[in-house]
Amino acid sequence: MTHAFLQNVVRRSQAQIAQRIIQDIPDGAHVNLGIGQPMRLSNHLPPDREILLHSENGLLGMGPLAVGEQIDPEIVNAGKQAVTMLPGAALFHHADSFAMIRGGHIDCCVLGAFQVSVKGDLANWRTADPKAIPAVGGAMDLALGVKKLFVMMEHLTKSGQSKIVERCTYPLTALEAVDCIYTDLATMEVTAQGLVALDWVEGLSFEQLHDLTGVAMAQRS
Amino acid sequence: MINKIVATVQDAVSGVADGSSILVSGFGGAGLPLALLDALLESGAKNLTIVSNNAGNGGVGIAKLVLARRVKKMVCSFPRQPESGAFDDLYRAGEIELELVPQGTLAERIRAGGAGIGGFFTPTGYGTELGEGKEVKVIDGVHQVFEKAIKADVALIKAELADRYGNLIYHGTARNYGPVMATAAACTVVQVSRIVPLGSLNPEHVVTPGVYVQRVVCVQPQGAL
Repeated sequence: MTHAFLQNVVRRSQAQIAQRIIQDIPDGAHVNLGIGQPMRLSNHLPPDREILLHSENGLLGMGPLAVGEQIDPEIVNAGKQAVTMLPGAALFHHADSFAMIRGGHIDCCVLGAFQVSVKGDLANWRTADPKAIPAVGGAMDLALGVKKLFVMMEHLTKSGQSKIVERCTYPLTALEAVDCIYTDLATMEVTAQGLVALDWVEGLSFEQLHDLTGVAMAQRS
Repeated sequence: MINKIVATVQDAVSGVADGSSILVSGFGGAGLPLALLDALLESGAKNLTIVSNNAGNGGVGIAKLVLARRVKKMVCSFPRQPESGAFDDLYRAGEIELELVPQGTLAERIRAGGAGIGGFFTPTGYGTELGEGKEVKVIDGVHQVFEKAIKADVALIKAELADRYGNLIYHGTARNYGPVMATAAACTVVQVSRIVPLGSLNPEHVVTPGVYVQRVVCVQPQGAL
């Protein structure tokens, strides 16, 4: 599917999507970052904000990626990248870490996704490729356990299909779990009344956003 | 005198029978007991069921065992890794069994096993492929699936410091599954970077009390993957 009007649109970079997400995270929040794009958030937190990052492998108070002499191969994030620990950080074992997640103690999580439905169903662990090795990690626990679930992803697949769909065709991670979707083109909230576009990039009209997303969508009144 | 310290990694894994179930700590390379896994390979034990977060990568540790066809079944949460080729090939050929478990469910099943709990209900996995065929209850209005506890014959884990009682202190996020796996095996074997005299670990800082540990071996500190 091609949308000619996209040629005139400047998409949000991953850094810009990360910054947009951070705007919606209140001070004092405990936030888990999933693997892939969401891990970028750790490098974009403004120093004047106190947001505690949780890593599923047993760290609260995660800092930016480690560089040079900071690198300790045994202090890593969910994607196994070496990270720093900020003053006030805490270490704990895996069952405690997932008790935090499953027990509802983590305020917010940012996950990547293959598809999100208009009802907030999430598909992010397995595609339809029979040769792909299935891997679920902490996604199912996070999707259901946290108070707010944010998705960070490209709006369209490489072939131009919307990743926001009426019903997910890939295997589900969780039902009705996503609260807000942040893409390179727009920010959309999942509400009981359906999808509501909160903002979108310059050069794109709401009608064009609606058209390329291909599902029912309102704009914030 | 209680002394759980053994001299060599070969002693540490001696007696692991064919067909054993083995818990292996680690998240990627952090906390992976490479020296114990190498010794296990050398021991020749086969038909193993390995319970670990990942299915091995980079041609070391679990990947070596998989490649040598010693592993019958992997129970893990995230087998797909940038260099998980050894597992991937056998899995696609149908020559290794995979039980895929959501990560929090995996940690909690092991915790339950170590705590004498038969299993538990959790919302995680309900309505997904990974919840299929499992007993469902609605608890406080939430659909939950039954997950059975995991206990194993052996746990192979990595810690930073130990004393001769087997009290353990870990380093950074290498702690990950170590403390829960230590509780859930008939024989918990620990590789540490340093053994310290009894009384020199601050009781306030001990993470795994020695009651859970059967064997400790000191190996040279080694970089993670």
